[in-house]
Amino acid sequence: MLRLSLGLVTVFAFSVIIFSTFSFLPGDFATEILGQSATKSAVKALRAELGLDKPPVTRYFDWLGNVFQGDFGSSFSGRSKVQGDQGDRSREVVGLIVPRLKNTLFLTGVAAMLAIPLSLILGISAALYRNSYYDRSATGVSLVTVSSPEFFTAYIFILLLATLFPVFPTISNVDEASTLAERFYRTALPVFTLTLITMGHMMRMTRSAIINILSSEYIEMAKLSGASRYEVIVKHALPNAWAPISQVIAINLAYMLIGSVVVEYVFNYQGIGRLMVGSVYNRDLPVVQACALIFASTYVILNLIADLIGIISNPRLLYPK
Amino acid sequence: MTLNKSKELLLEMKNIHIDGFSDERWHKILKGVDLTLHRGEILGLIGESGAGKSTMGKAAMGYTQPGCKIIKGEINFNGIDLAKLTEFEKRKIWGTKISYVAQSAAASFNPAHRLMDQTISAANRLKINPTDVLKKDAVQLYESLQLPDAENIGDRYPHQVSGGQLQRIMTAMAMSPRPELIIFDEPTTALDVTTQVEVLSAMRSIVDKFNTAAIYITHDLAVVAQMADRIKVLRYGEEVEEAETRDMLSNPKEEYTKSLWSVRSLIKPEETNEDYMLSIKNIDAAYGSSKVLHNVSIDIPKGKTVAIVGESGSGKSTTARVITGLLPQLKGEIIFDGKKLSPKLEQRSKEELRRIQIIFQMPDTAMNPRQTVDEIIGRPIEFYQGIKGKEREVKVIELLKMIELDETFLDRLPSELSGGQKQRICIARALAANPDLIICDEVTSALDQIVQEGILKLLQKLQKDLGVTYIFITHDIATVKAISDEIVVMYQGEVVEQGLKSKILNPPYPDYTELLLSSVPEMDPDWLTNLLNKRSS
Repeated sequence: MLRLSLGLVTVFAFSVIIFSTFSFLPGDFATEILGQSATKSAVKALRAELGLDKPPVTRYFDWLGNVFQGDFGSSFSGRSKVQGDQGDRSREVVGLIVPRLKNTLFLTGVAAMLAIPLSLILGISAALYRNSYYDRSATGVSLVTVSSPEFFTAYIFILLLATLFPVFPTISNVDEASTLAERFYRTALPVFTLTLITMGHMMRMTRSAIINILSSEYIEMAKLSGASRYEVIVKHALPNAWAPISQVIAINLAYMLIGSVVVEYVFNYQGIGRLMVGSVYNRDLPVVQACALIFASTYVILNLIADLIGIISNPRLLYPK
Repeated sequence: MTLNKSKELLLEMKNIHIDGFSDERWHKILKGVDLTLHRGEILGLIGESGAGKSTMGKAAMGYTQPGCKIIKGEINFNGIDLAKLTEFEKRKIWGTKISYVAQSAAASFNPAHRLMDQTISAANRLKINPTDVLKKDAVQLYESLQLPDAENIGDRYPHQVSGGQLQRIMTAMAMSPRPELIIFDEPTTALDVTTQVEVLSAMRSIVDKFNTAAIYITHDLAVVAQMADRIKVLRYGEEVEEAETRDMLSNPKEEYTKSLWSVRSLIKPEETNEDYMLSIKNIDAAYGSSKVLHNVSIDIPKGKTVAIVGESGSGKSTTARVITGLLPQLKGEIIFDGKKLSPKLEQRSKEELRRIQIIFQMPDTAMNPRQTVDEIIGRPIEFYQGIKGKEREVKVIELLKMIELDETFLDRLPSELSGGQKQRICIARALAANPDLIICDEVTSALDQIVQEGILKLLQKLQKDLGVTYIFITHDIATVKAISDEIVVMYQGEVVEQGLKSKILNPPYPDYTELLLSSVPEMDPDWLTNLLNKRSS
């Protein structure tokens, strides 16, 4: 309960930071859209219409109040009266974000499904055969993948799997009509990229969490009571390793989501990350704020889940004295 | 207990050599030790830390710790040489034919599983009896080990039961597959004396009941005397001597064996003083909301030694924390040399701080590992007495000589000292402030017997030369006999009694003091039997 309320406070604090940061950005949507030659009065009129003339504190609370009602406001771009456009092109931020969010969640979800089991298996087996050639090469390679920036990894994949051996497409555009198989095929490269950049960290942390536990006395005791290698790892070490492992998975899933900003851009994938970058470029504040808030809440939620797993897997916390 | 032991050989270890890897090189841990054990027999393995007794015990299972290896030797268990078996083959013997009881039960149970599941896991591997039969058997074992609520205690997790109970549950776990041999590796070392008696008697009766052979490893001769038929003394990885328990106790052949109980022969004539260095009056203290001291009053005579005894959780160390100001009391006052001390550390003057010093139990953690001996001792000289440069150097060397070390130690780091030397440096650091009162918090309990003797002698000599007053906190009655003038007995945060050593250690006793004193193992193989008879009658 305490954790939950702390999480809410974090999200709230984040909303303040997000809002104020974007308020201080130089220039605003009005000057951006009307161009250099716009008359002062035109800029003023547009600002009034968008509500940009109100003091920041008022704007913040208006925005926050609406967010609580599930209304993230309307996107600045595509407003009905801009430049005398007659058609009603006003776009709700929610309507804009949801399909993009689905795409991003699909991308990161698939990557997570690939990365988590793989890194657990690799981490556990590396711990099991510690200091073997297998362990050394696995930890070595993982260090390289962790250290390379995601765009670099992405370009390497493009070079290998799209240009030299054209197996997968470089552009991952999907739409509502794409079938599931099509989606998998088209998103293969971004999924690989996300998997690779997060797997190293998860694998290494799993390995060290297990190795840490393997040196404890109850592991020696388990060995001396005749437990096999497999039993020692799976029955005795792993249950005590869930807490640190779930923490590192949470961090990496959050990292994956943030990493998707770059990866989506590279592969031109219609996800929330790309939307955010585009909106920042256009000074489209409502959209940027909504995206940032989603990222922040995801981070908090993932950490809450990790804490919860930590509690459930630890009888000390679950069953007090 | 020595009746009806067959002469059938169970275990025969010949010429065992084991090397261990540490500090970047291989060391010899065992240098050719032999060991024989018959069915149903209990062998005591004793020695100080580093003697190789634990390594020997594990080697009896054909197991070596990571970083150790068996260089040479045969381990014949039931005619099979364990040293030649593969890991896979040995696993069929471990836990089922030979089981192991470790020193720290709290660390040796897996925190993630229920006690019952852990108790029967080895027996379950045999696949002879179904799980529910094993569970029933385990409950019976719990009962015969006198565990409370034997029916349900197995449903708990390790953190939910006490240390003494865990140690008995581990014995049940070892016994569950009915092994032919149990290795007890210092099973009672981490327990209070009063708990130790219960665990010892429970272990002895169950080993007797199933006629299981056992190797009992400990550094405490009095404890092993209660358990073992035969005793083997190890030192530096070699055998010193081996004899039947009674022969060993009545007539130890080697000087070294005699020295093992030397502390017990150290006796100080008691003296007292009406002039008090420190008086604490009606002190209450608490950690957070849990109150740990109730109305504690103690008087410390000037230039004398007062020992505070009691088991863990009795409030001995908390009393020390209150005196030093680390934990301000809720109620009551502290009078130091006729003046009232303020409860809070921050409000005491530098002079008051200088006059009260403390020495801790673990010298390893009480010193900054990156400071040299010179810095460790020199700093309080500079801080309290304002002495610098050459003069300071002279003072430090003077102090080193006082603690029977010399200037060659000046540039050493704590990691380059032995346990006893480290504790000596801690004593010198306390002396550097030129204090009137030194609080010694379990200063010898982490040290081996012989080293203990040296430290205690040093402390006595310093008292004689400098006239310092000691508060000596300990749970070890032998140490108390060796050093104190007066004794304070504490139990559950209250003072049970205070008085001269001769008064406290002789009858009539209050109930708790009697329990505490009678629980201290004596160097008599019949002590435990007699004690249990006496208590049950």
